[in-house]
This record gives sequence, structure tokens and C-alpha cells, in this order.
Amino acid sequence: MRVLGLSGSLRRGSHNRALLRAAAAALPTGVELVTWDRLAELPAYDEDLDEALGPALEPVRALRAAIAAADALLIATPEYNASLPGALKNALDWASRPYATNPLHGKPAAVVGASTGLFGAVWAQAEGRKVLAAIGADVLERELPVGQAQEAFDAGGRLRDPELRAALDVLVGDLVDRAHQSAAAHVAEAA
Amino acid sequence: MTAIATQPLTGAYTADPVHSSFAFAVRYMGVSTFRGTLDGVTASLTAGPDGVALEGAAQVESISIRAPQQFRDHVLSADFFDVASHPRVVFRSTDVALGDDGRAKVDGELTIRGVSLPVRAEGTWAPEAETLSGRRAHLSLETTVDRTAYGLAWNADLPSGGKALANDVTLTIELALVATAPTEA
Repeated sequence: MRVLGLSGSLRRGSHNRALLRAAAAALPTGVELVTWDRLAELPAYDEDLDEALGPALEPVRALRAAIAAADALLIATPEYNASLPGALKNALDWASRPYATNPLHGKPAAVVGASTGLFGAVWAQAEGRKVLAAIGADVLERELPVGQAQEAFDAGGRLRDPELRAALDVLVGDLVDRAHQSAAAHVAEAA
Repeated sequence: MTAIATQPLTGAYTADPVHSSFAFAVRYMGVSTFRGTLDGVTASLTAGPDGVALEGAAQVESISIRAPQQFRDHVLSADFFDVASHPRVVFRSTDVALGDDGRAKVDGELTIRGVSLPVRAEGTWAPEAETLSGRRAHLSLETTVDRTAYGLAWNADLPSGGKALANDVTLTIELALVATAPTEA
């Protein structure tokens, strides 16, 4: 089983990438977390461009394939102006088309977030859940706001706060359960 | 109700900045508590025949929120302290009662962001003692203020309902008081 991790932050030393690593460490045996780190290579979404050569654009093809190949999606996002970073929203826009066959449809998905303020990107996470739900993903209602992110991780990359660590375990566990249910449903459908 | 000692403290005292603090605590996201301090505190206490008077000030720039810069900038901005126009938090007592039982009650006026409002702080005090570093006494006080009454009004709706930041802020003041002049015989 595979979870695809997307970090909404592009910068090196991103707290949200650190959060994805902490989530990876919380996964049960037999589940891997694969990150797709190329949000910056995607052009701005343009329907003309998508129609003319969407699948021929290598980063677009790679993004859609990475989502299709995963059993679940985990987004870790910072908050820019109380919302999602543009690059992340742009990637979700590319992934959502064409709507009827988009690889996020029915895909279990969860959003976590880290910010250096007190509120742990809680508004961006809500926006992320809204966007994923609109795309048709099977979105977990749970959130994980990691505030004061510059102090949130220990040297081993774990969340320092035991409550946050437990909450991440629960969220990741729920996401994996949802993915197992979804996989079982597909097998039943195919049989 | 509280019995008042006749001469609990005598003369003038200043707060030792290393062992004194002005701390605040505020709940955020409904569940967590954020704590910080203003470290640059000056205070003086004068005890004479007319009673006890307490005055203090804290530099807003000395707030313990130093990083990340964006967080510090927001707290010092007009959304909160507006430090450019109001660099100091100031307190001036109108009535100080130091009870025989060690309890303290201080009424006075607290000025934050240019707004002066009456407050009552309660706590404990320790009478003067001769120590290695001079004659010392201590005063511990706590009070709760509504930050919005002082114009520190920033807030935001949480996506799951409720407000991001509580209005009530608990202030905790510790003053390590050092006698500045010898007691008159």
C-alpha cells in the first residue's frame, strides 16, 4: 500500500516536508509514503494548454500518474494569506482534470499542516479539505495543526508534543484504514 | 476583611530586573495556552506613612516572541501592541494592601497601547529579609484583563467554529524588590 505525500511548501528545510517525514514514520508496516516534490515544475493551469498537450506535459503526466499509483493522498500545507499556497492549489487543479476520470476521485485523502505561527495552518487545511472534496476525493475530516513549527520537531524528526504525535498517529491510521476499505471495495467490484 | 500590617515594608524598593517578570498567558484555538513575557521590567515600590505605592513599566519590544520574525512583527503591529506608537506598558497603583496573612491586593491603573483602565491584581507578598544581596522583599500578583478593551483586537474565525484567540489574558507579575536606601533609624 502506498500513500502519496505532497508538501505545499517548496522551500528547502520546509516544516511541512518534516511533517510528511514524521507521518511516514507513523505508518504501519507494509505502507510506504512516497513524496512528489515537483509542484514548481507545473505550469499555471490553463484549460487550452491542458487540451492541447496536457498529457504530453511531463510534470502533469507524472503528477497524475503518481496520484493514480497511490492508495491515498496526504497533503502537508503551510498557510499563505489564510489559504493554500498557489503551487499546491495549481497542482490540485491539474490533478482534477478531466473531472470525470480524475485520479483523485474517490481517493482517500487527508490534510495536515505546519506553520511558524500559533495556529498551524488551520485555515489552509480547511481550504485543502474543501478543494479535495470538490474534486471528489474521499476526505478525512480530521486536521492536524502544528503551530510554532520551528520548535515542533526533535532532532530525530519526531513531533515533540506527545499529544500532536498521538493525533498524527490517529490521522495516519484513519487514512490507511480508509485506503484499505477503498481497496477492498474495488476488489469486490471487480469480482 | 484582611488585617493590614502596620508597617510591612519601609522605604523605597526597586525591582531587580533579573528576578522580576511580567508574564502573560492567553488561550488560542480554544484548547491551547500561549505564554510569554515582557522581560524589560522596571518597577519601584515606596512604603511610607501614607501607605504603599507601586509603579512599574515594561518595554513592549522586550517581548519574548522573537522568532519567527513574522510572528513578532504581527504581535508588535497595530493588530496588537502597536509598539511604534506605544512602546511601554505602564502600571500605577492607587491602593496597595499587604495583609498579615501574606496576601496582597493592588488596585491601580494599567496602561496598554495608550489605554488606561482600572485593574485589581491579587497575590502574595513576602516581607523584607536581609539577604546576601541586600534587603529584599517580594510581591507576586495576578490579574486578568480583556485585551480588546485595550485595543489589542486581532482575531479570526476558526474553520471549525469559535475564535482563534481568547480575549481574556492572564497577567502574572513577579517583583523581586530590593531596598534602595537604608531604613531610617
